[in-house]
Amino acid sequence: MKRARRTLWAIFAVPLAIGVVSCAALVLALTGDGWRDTVSWAGLAVPVLAVAWAMKARRS
Amino acid sequence: MTSSTIRAWYLIHKWTSLVCTMFLLMLCITGLPLIFHDEIDRLAGDASAYGQPGVGSSGNAPGLLPLDEMMRRALAARPGEVPLFMAFDNDQPAMTITTGPRADSPGAEMTMQVFDRSTGRKIGQEDESGVMHFLLQLHTDMFLGLPGMLFLGAMGLLFTASLVSGVVLYAPFMRKLAFGTLRTSRSSRLKWLDYHNLIGIVAFAWMTVVGVTGVINTLENPINKLWQRNELAAMTREYAGEGALAPSRYGSLDKAMAEARRTLPGNNPQFIGFPGGSFSSKHHYAVFFQGDTPLTEHLLTPALIDAETGTFTAACTMPWYNKSLSLSRPLHFGDYGGLPLKILWAVLDLFTIVTLASGIYLWLGKRRASASAHVREVESGGIAVPAA
Repeated sequence: MKRARRTLWAIFAVPLAIGVVSCAALVLALTGDGWRDTVSWAGLAVPVLAVAWAMKARRS
Repeated sequence: MTSSTIRAWYLIHKWTSLVCTMFLLMLCITGLPLIFHDEIDRLAGDASAYGQPGVGSSGNAPGLLPLDEMMRRALAARPGEVPLFMAFDNDQPAMTITTGPRADSPGAEMTMQVFDRSTGRKIGQEDESGVMHFLLQLHTDMFLGLPGMLFLGAMGLLFTASLVSGVVLYAPFMRKLAFGTLRTSRSSRLKWLDYHNLIGIVAFAWMTVVGVTGVINTLENPINKLWQRNELAAMTREYAGEGALAPSRYGSLDKAMAEARRTLPGNNPQFIGFPGGSFSSKHHYAVFFQGDTPLTEHLLTPALIDAETGTFTAACTMPWYNKSLSLSRPLHFGDYGGLPLKILWAVLDLFTIVTLASGIYLWLGKRRASASAHVREVESGGIAVPAA
């Protein structure tokens, strides 16, 4: 582990973005149907896709 | 973050998790099929049998039978019983009528019959012996009633504390690691430590929302009692001195519904609470209307109609605690955005199971190691494996 220490911001930037997108998706589907549902599916797929991406790109 | 701060959060994470994990695993496993209970119920029954498919029983489309006629049929099948609830559907002519031996019968004595309002035919009776019903009971209160519900609510609170402490520990753990790091080839412990951290952090928002709304759902009975004692009592103050209205004196439901619709035009009723039950006074039909926008559809407004005379008494939006309960239901069940949302709900539920199971595995593997050794493991990003 030769990496430099990461700042708190660097550690939480991606998780924070995923969290904000997830919450927005959860609320958006509640406010209507149609395109709101579709955007909500995309938003809630982000945490799932993040794990899939890590398993493909970050596995060592 | 100093080592003693990490140690405190590590201990919070360990103990809140240890107490709630087994119950949370049970909730996640029973919850998984419950996400799809509409689809499973539909597969089990024959949905094509409606007289007028697609016509909601909550409306007043021509061809829908009068409510009094539907109630007559329900009571004919349950002689000697009294009406307790009548609930409607916005999408299909199906409706349910719940009866019981007394106006204040508890849930266990109630019988729920399902009717097609467009033909008047009975299409089913709530099956208390089915697998889905068993799973729902286990998930809601573990067959222990209110104490069971509140106990699971407490487990939900511990789960929330465990999630928060987990996020705090994520910071020192990831100090030298890039987001998404999965070291799967070094040791089994390191692999599951990385999965536990990655899945825990990406699903944090969803787990927190579903956890907290689950806790609010466990407060359903106290919340309804509070509403009945405060708001409802205030709305029906002029009836306070009178005794309970005898079921033989209940007046026309159709007249009451017409009166209620005049008060809240354009909205559809979700259900009627009958006199003496936990959703009404001892003298009123409480017609609970949904709002007319997608968001307010979940927020109910009761119109209270004198059950004997059919005259309007009062209508009032629900207080904040009932509103939070109403919004907590869809956010916990995931049933408000079509099948894709339910599938994502299921995947995130599986993520939660992986996080819980890997947490148990990580604890079991090194449960004899000291707290300081675990703190060093967190600080080193999993490199300093605790001895023993």
